Amino acid sequence: MHDVQEVKEMQEEIQENFKGRIKAKYNDKHFVNERHRALKQGKDLLIAFFRTALILGLSYVILGPLIGIVANSFFSNADAYSPIVYLIPQSPTLERYELAIIRMSYWDVMLRMMFYVVGLTIVQLLVCSMVGYGFARHNFPGKKILFACVIIMIVIPSHTVMLPLYTTFMDFNPLGIVGLLNNGESINLLGGPNSFLGGTAPMIIMTLLGTGLRAGLYIYIFNQFFRGLPKEIEEAAAIDGAGAIYTYMRIMMPNAMPSIITVTIFSIVWQYNDTFFSNLFMISNDIAISKQITSLQANISNLDQVFDPAISTLYLYAGIVLVIIPVVALYVLLQKQFIEGVERSGIVG
Amino acid sequence: MKRLTLENKRSIRGLLFVSPFIIGFAVFYLRSLIMTIRFSFSETIMPEGAAAGYELRFIGIENFRHAFTEHGSFNQQLFSSLLDMSIDVLLIIFFSLFMALVLNQKFKGRTFVRAIFFMPVILNSEAINIAITMARAMMMGGMSPVSADVVQAAGTSGPNMMYYIYMMSELGLPMEMLDYVVDAVMRINLIITASGVQMIIFIAALQSISPALYEVARIEGATPYETFWKVTFPMVSPLIVTNVVYTVVDSFIRSPVVRLSYDTVFFLHDFSLGSVFSLVSMLAVCLLLFVACALISRKTYYHN
Repeated sequence: MHDVQEVKEMQEEIQENFKGRIKAKYNDKHFVNERHRALKQGKDLLIAFFRTALILGLSYVILGPLIGIVANSFFSNADAYSPIVYLIPQSPTLERYELAIIRMSYWDVMLRMMFYVVGLTIVQLLVCSMVGYGFARHNFPGKKILFACVIIMIVIPSHTVMLPLYTTFMDFNPLGIVGLLNNGESINLLGGPNSFLGGTAPMIIMTLLGTGLRAGLYIYIFNQFFRGLPKEIEEAAAIDGAGAIYTYMRIMMPNAMPSIITVTIFSIVWQYNDTFFSNLFMISNDIAISKQITSLQANISNLDQVFDPAISTLYLYAGIVLVIIPVVALYVLLQKQFIEGVERSGIVG
Repeated sequence: MKRLTLENKRSIRGLLFVSPFIIGFAVFYLRSLIMTIRFSFSETIMPEGAAAGYELRFIGIENFRHAFTEHGSFNQQLFSSLLDMSIDVLLIIFFSLFMALVLNQKFKGRTFVRAIFFMPVILNSEAINIAITMARAMMMGGMSPVSADVVQAAGTSGPNMMYYIYMMSELGLPMEMLDYVVDAVMRINLIITASGVQMIIFIAALQSISPALYEVARIEGATPYETFWKVTFPMVSPLIVTNVVYTVVDSFIRSPVVRLSYDTVFFLHDFSLGSVFSLVSMLAVCLLLFVACALISRKTYYHN
């Protein structure tokens, strides 16, 4: 039998022993490293966990409406009325799409819209890169003031000049030239019945003159990019006898690929989604697909006698999906180049 | 003819390259600005019987006086637009910088996530928004329990806010506080969707920081917190000005005061008053931008 004193001593001894071992272990190099690694791993894991949660949550906020719209566009009438159907339809149908395509004259309008948007984007690319190149690589009197004008164009909201633009294009007669050809009368370039080019002429003219939709931003991007290219390229071209146009088309432009991709995507997307200028210039419904979508639901309830808003909204959703598919497809195809492009395109300077 | 020097040749070449812009700016912007100013200082008279056309008569600052002292909603719309804009700009800049830092870390599916965060820029179509709003208005007209379910299922209304608001108010929280929180939460959606471009620009800026700087910071024993404030933040700070300008311009186009001036011109056909609205709001925004840029650039670090 041990008495109490002995037990206590033994306990102390054990504890001492244990503490010593812990201390030894604590100072052991290997263990210290292990501990650090475990701590770091834990920290990384925690960060990764929070990051994932954050990204998932925000992605849901962004994509939630889209998922809902896409899912609902496949609902049949029974699904729309069934309280237990959520996102996944029981009897999916393509009927919404079929009718939406007819009522929006989808293929015709989309084709014209694509011509319009892509054409404007090509013009935008050519003109803005030219102007940007002019600013970046040449010295001429008044350059600073002119570049300030580019900045002004970026900053001034387009609604400040909307009324003068409207009247200018309503009585289009620059320097009386149009009047000479048209018996002294100005022409109306705005949209409307019997309009010239469906009201797209103002936008085309403005884009040709480097003042199209957000052209200031594109000029700025190209200017920043060309400024970053080494001077030697141009000098070598000049020594080899390349002219100004040749240098610009064959030497500067191929090097500007990141900027070109960035501007292409921005220009297509913004031109496609633009409603301000298409309303201002009254661009025809046969060209602006965005105007079709605004009237789609009303058209369907009037022409096809779909009176329940719960059902006619489904057609609207199908129409929305049809309208956004081209830009989303374009973006998905080019997004890798685009995001890398922004990094190298010189926005950052 | 005197032969041009190489320098002169180049400057003529430069002018030729820039010439489309010079003409475009002069015709469509400079002239339009002058016209807007003229409109706002005069009275527009539409002659009776004439199909189109108008006459201008100079009346000084009468239009401005009317806009500020007599018009029903201009003052209020202008100030609420400016106030909303200042709050949004702050939130958008912070949010996009924060998200750029997160998305700049290395993890699987990074490109994919970046693509998602840029999606709102692509889907931001005014026409679609209007169509959805109209559809909702129609729903409200033909209210039935089932169609209400559909609105929720479509997800366009976001999470079921009413439920949470109801729960909170049952807990006895003051209504004013709830309003503020709900307002902030409602803004989150707007902020996320409005910061796509800014995020991409910040990511690009973060990518362009030389890794050598981080290496030095690590060797010197800086904590991640210190590294952020001493390396990352100064290096991206020039882009903050760019982003502020972009955000202000972008959010201004969608502000109520712009809609007011658009409606005044094209629905009420009051050219002078509409011009005053757009001119005054433009000046106010320019002032806001100027103040913001002046404040920020005092703290900005320019590497070169």
